[in-house]
Amino acid sequence: MRWRPITALPDGGYAVELGDAEREVLRRLAEELRELLTADDPAVARLFPAAYRDDPAASAEYEGLVRDGLLGGRLDALTRLDATAGAKRLSHADVEAWCGVLNDLRLVLGERLGVTEDLYEEDIDPRDPRAPELAVYGWLTWLQGEVVEALSTRLE
Amino acid sequence: MPMLGQNVGMSQTIEAPVRVERAETEEERDADRPWIVIVWNDPVNLMTYVTLVFQKLFGYSRAKAEHLMLQVHNEGKAVVSSGTREKAEYDVSRLHAHGLWATLQED
Repeated sequence: MRWRPITALPDGGYAVELGDAEREVLRRLAEELRELLTADDPAVARLFPAAYRDDPAASAEYEGLVRDGLLGGRLDALTRLDATAGAKRLSHADVEAWCGVLNDLRLVLGERLGVTEDLYEEDIDPRDPRAPELAVYGWLTWLQGEVVEALSTRLE
Repeated sequence: MPMLGQNVGMSQTIEAPVRVERAETEEERDADRPWIVIVWNDPVNLMTYVTLVFQKLFGYSRAKAEHLMLQVHNEGKAVVSSGTREKAEYDVSRLHAHGLWATLQED
């Protein structure tokens, strides 16, 4: 059985094996996302898509109804991740919060980097000025994949 | 071949079909026609994650969730749920909470 950073345990919880540096990166990225969300920065627009393709008025009405709830849910997940970033054991709710934050981080970073599906097939060119951020994006993708894998075992 | 400027004789006058529209209130539309929720492809959301979200939000089997996910991935979009406008908006908001690119429209 290969090593996994997050493993579902028989008692319903999850074991986390990540290095301190990785946990610190996660905590910092979450903090950056919190700042962008609370400042309503255009970088987080992807997290609040229009609900109607061709009806801006209906989309605006929808956004008025749901935006606070969507924002609150995201901030709650960030708070939970911040509180548990150093933990060796996580609850199911903790792992769901981690999964949501990882996805939000990838959406925001992916939008900024202009990520396409081809990216997953290619190696990062070290001369690419986006190389450091692409490396972070790649790491987030790997970690989220592991988190999804662990959560999926609960549905079987 | 240019179609404009063609000489159409008076006898060939074509009558445009007259569209008769019945004024409907929003409530009537909701009751009569179901609304559908569409998830669109995007390059960031992982295939395994999209499958997990469909299973979690709609209680779909893994097979059905994977089928819908592959439809999104290969065809660019898939209808994932339907119902009244209120239900469709609620489903869209849950998909948005999970970072999926979802919209609703009348079927």
